[in-house]
Parts: sequence; C-alpha cells; structure tokens
Amino acid sequence: MKSFLQLIEIEFFKIRHHKLSRFLFSAYFVLLSSIALIAAVKLKIGKLEIHLAEQGIFNFPYIWHFNTWIADFLTFFLVIIVVSMVTNEYNYRTLKQNLIDGLTKKEFVLSKFYFLVVLALLATIFVFVISLILGLIYSDFTSSGIIFKDLYFLPAFFLKLLGIFTLIMFLGFLFKKSAIALGFFFIWTIIEGIIYALLRWQLFDEKTASTLSRFFPYTAMKNLLPQPITRLSAAKNIGKQIGEKIGEFDGIPILSFLIVVIWIGIFVIISYKLLKKRDL
Amino acid sequence: MQNILKVTDLTKKFGRLIAVNHLSFSIQKGRVYGLLGPNGSGKSTTLGMILNVVNKTAGQFQWFDGQLSTAQALKRIGAIIERPNFYPYMTARQNLQLVCKIKEISGDTITEKLQLVGLSDRQHDKFKTYSLGMKQRLAIASALLNNPEMLILDEPTNGLDPKGIHQIREIIKKIAAQGTTIILASHLLDEVEKVCDNVIILQKGRKIFEGSVKDMHLQNNWFEIKAGDMRRLQNLLNESPLVSQTENLGNIIKIYPAHNDVTGSDLNKYLSDRKCYVESLIKKQPRLEEEFLKITT
Repeated sequence: MKSFLQLIEIEFFKIRHHKLSRFLFSAYFVLLSSIALIAAVKLKIGKLEIHLAEQGIFNFPYIWHFNTWIADFLTFFLVIIVVSMVTNEYNYRTLKQNLIDGLTKKEFVLSKFYFLVVLALLATIFVFVISLILGLIYSDFTSSGIIFKDLYFLPAFFLKLLGIFTLIMFLGFLFKKSAIALGFFFIWTIIEGIIYALLRWQLFDEKTASTLSRFFPYTAMKNLLPQPITRLSAAKNIGKQIGEKIGEFDGIPILSFLIVVIWIGIFVIISYKLLKKRDL
Repeated sequence: MQNILKVTDLTKKFGRLIAVNHLSFSIQKGRVYGLLGPNGSGKSTTLGMILNVVNKTAGQFQWFDGQLSTAQALKRIGAIIERPNFYPYMTARQNLQLVCKIKEISGDTITEKLQLVGLSDRQHDKFKTYSLGMKQRLAIASALLNNPEMLILDEPTNGLDPKGIHQIREIIKKIAAQGTTIILASHLLDEVEKVCDNVIILQKGRKIFEGSVKDMHLQNNWFEIKAGDMRRLQNLLNESPLVSQTENLGNIIKIYPAHNDVTGSDLNKYLSDRKCYVESLIKKQPRLEEEFLKITT
C-alpha cells in the first residue's frame, strides 16, 4: 500500500501538467484575493458616499462568516478541476493503464480523495490568511479574543468544500462524463428542494421537513455556510434597535458537521465499491 | 522451472455470454508465448483478468507461485493493452515519470528505454502529437521501465502501417533475445509464428490447442516437384513407397510423402536412380495461418 505522500504526489503530477486545471486553480486564487477589492469599492448615491469596507463587513468576528460565504461562490472553479480529474481518467483510459501499472483500485480512489483534502485545505488556509489581513486593516475591533471568535466558519468552509468535492468525485466515477456529472449535480440540488417541498406541503409540517432535510447531502453542506447578509444589517445596528436579537447568530450545530463528515465517508466508499465492481 | 503465472479454470461471463470458459495454462520463465485466437475469442478478457482490470467470474490465477499479490506482481511485469493509454497533455517523458511513480521505481531507466524504442528525439513532445506507431512504441518503453520479468503485449501491431509493424516486431525480438518472458496476444498468425516458441489457441473462450509452434506445423509437409517429362515423373512417384499421394497441378506435381521423415534428398535420389532428373524440388510446410484456420473452423 502506497503512503499518503506517494498518492498525493501521483495525483499532483497528473494535475500539474493539465492546463485547464492549472488555469482554474490560478483563477480561483486570483479571484479569491479580489475579495480585498471590495474594500476599495465606494458607492456614490447622490451626496451619500458608502464605503463598503466601512460598513462592518470586515469586522471581526463577522468577517469569518462573510468571507467564507463569499469565497464559496468561487467553489465552482475547483469543482471543474475535481470532475475533470476523475472523468479524464476514463476518457483517456488511463485509469485502466494505472491499474495495469500496479496501482490498486483502493489506491486510485484514495489518491483522488487525498488530493481533494489538500485542495480544500489550501483554499481554507488562503481564505484564513486573506480574512486575517483584511480584518486587521479594516476591523473596528482587533483584540485577539474577538479576532479568533467564530473561527469555526473555517472548518465549516473546509468541510463544505470537501463535501462538494467528494460528491462531485463520486458523480464523476458514476457517470464517467464531466457534463453529465455536473448536470446531475445541479439536478440533485433541485431534487433536494423538491423533496423538501413535498415533505413540507404534503406530508409533514415545516419543522419536521426542515429537520429531515438537514440530512440530505447537499442541504447538509449548504447549512454549513448560511448566508450572512441579514446578520450584517442587524449587526451594524446592534444596540440601535429593539429587536437586536436578530443579529445574534447561534453558530453551526455540531450535528451539521457530523452529517457532512458521514456523507463524505459514504461518497468515498461507494466510489471505491463502484470502481471495484466495474470491468474496465 | 519457475511458473511466472498459473491460470486455473479461469472463467468470465458477461451476462449470458461466456467470454472465457474454464481456461487453464501456465507461463514459464524465459519463454515466449503466443495467445492466439480470432477477434472475440477471449484473449483480451483473459489478459484483463490477470491484470486486475476485469473481475473474474470464477477460477484462479497466481503470480510468481503465489508469492505476490496481483498489484505487487504487476509492478514486476510490464503490460500493454489494445490501445496505448497515456495522458495526452503530458510529454512522453512526463508520462513515463508518472509510470515510475506508480511502479515505485526510480526514473533512471527512462532515457535508456526511450532510446530502445527510438523516441529520444520526440520525448519532450506532448503525447497527443504522436502518431499511432509512436504511441505504441511509447507504450512498450513504458512497459519496460521496470526491466520486467514478464512482458504482456496485447495486439501490439494492431492498426499500424507496415513500417510501424516492422519496428514493433524488431523491438519484441530484441526483448525476447534478452530472455524476458513474453505473452503476445494476437489474431495474426505470422506474428506469433515469427516471434513465439509456444502457443495457446483460444476459440470462443476455450483453449483448443497448447504446445510449441513446431508442433503446430504438424505432419502435413508436402513437396512440389518439376521435371522435363511430367507424365513420367508422376508415374514414377506414384510407384514410389516414399509417396502416399500425388496431385498434378499442371506445371508442377504436388506430392504428399508416405511419412514425415521423407526428405527432399530421398526423393531426388529415388528419381535420379531411375534416370528422371528434376528441375526443381521444394519442400513445403503449411503456414501457421492455414493450420490455424483448420483448427478454429
């Protein structure tokens, strides 16, 4: 059995020379850095000048929530890398060749999964560094207690990325074609919405439907990073309003993390089972 | 003699189709085997099973007398399958580097193997720019990186032009001369005839012949003789105890000897003793192609 490092090295070697992946990877980090540009945005509405950076979005600890949520919009770039690194192996028939050269099916799936872990980790570290810098520049509060409060958004971001990646990897193994895998992914997200609607309007009440839908893979991943906008406007006006409770955020329940971890495990295992069962 | 591979009752079913049917054979070190059969006879499926890419339905196979798992064994052998499969966006050298990582060997042999297959000049070009012949040669270089104890070649000349076919066969001969064990799967008889000393013939997933290529040449030699007086020639031959049957083909007479030990000089002496002098006398052997068609139809 090859080691973690050997498997990563093999996968990294394959990706490194792949132009599209290299482009998407660079684009992802360039665009991610451009979150900083938001700071420069000054809107002029009549005589009113709004400087976004001054609106509290870069305030610790809120920035952890805001930046991970914004960064998540760029996940699609990485998703393309992930789907193509699986389906290419079928298109080029290199999967077969890898196995003939002495890679086991288990090692093959693990080399992909390990790479996804590293990819998600890199993105998370990058978001952490950017947010830390922006926060230190623009945040109104920079005491260490406040800076590192709500840092759990980073593991949430990491798990959401890894969850989406492993789901896409599984779909890649299942369909062998990028377009079908991605298409199915979008349909899947819609299907989860439909099932939720059915549960809510036809079978149960809203509460039960919400509880059940938390266990759906995509919904579970989405729940890891709820949108921060309503929290922003409230956070800004803290103390000015009677309903200041709106701005409070309950945090992300441990259960949400757990559900996603389990789904990641399931997707990796069925990817392997699928590969094992198939003749190439 | 060490068995590199032992296959016992190996069977593969695709739904109701039995692609490989209770196949047994063993591969001994240092020999060159031909796996022969028409398209669809189960050659590639058999190789796919021993190479771990096709799941067997029943039966067993054992690498190196069972001392190694299949994945470990695969690191000690080299194999190329129907089509050369590499990453098109990488150069030849990069592709070979990747194979070295998978086989857990150093890249020291890359330069030497590229040279062996004549691709040194193009090693920094992307795989997708290669012609089929070059791709196939790269596949052979790749299979040789670990100086394998055994080489498996599945239809290595399929789709190549005559020059490409010639190049590949020369390379195979070179490798065979170094004492590497080889399994060459092919539907081309003369390919097997030229390169192999042992042959296994498959038909509809079953083994219908196993033995040396010489054994395949069977007993049915014949002679083709020409002389000035054809009628007298035929009469004399018909009377001879050396001959079992003659056949007049117009300008030559084809004769089947009475037994396999009859030589050309026996016939020549017999005729010259009777003052019949031949113009030409050729010993003919059936080509493997014809034998093969006989066996498989």
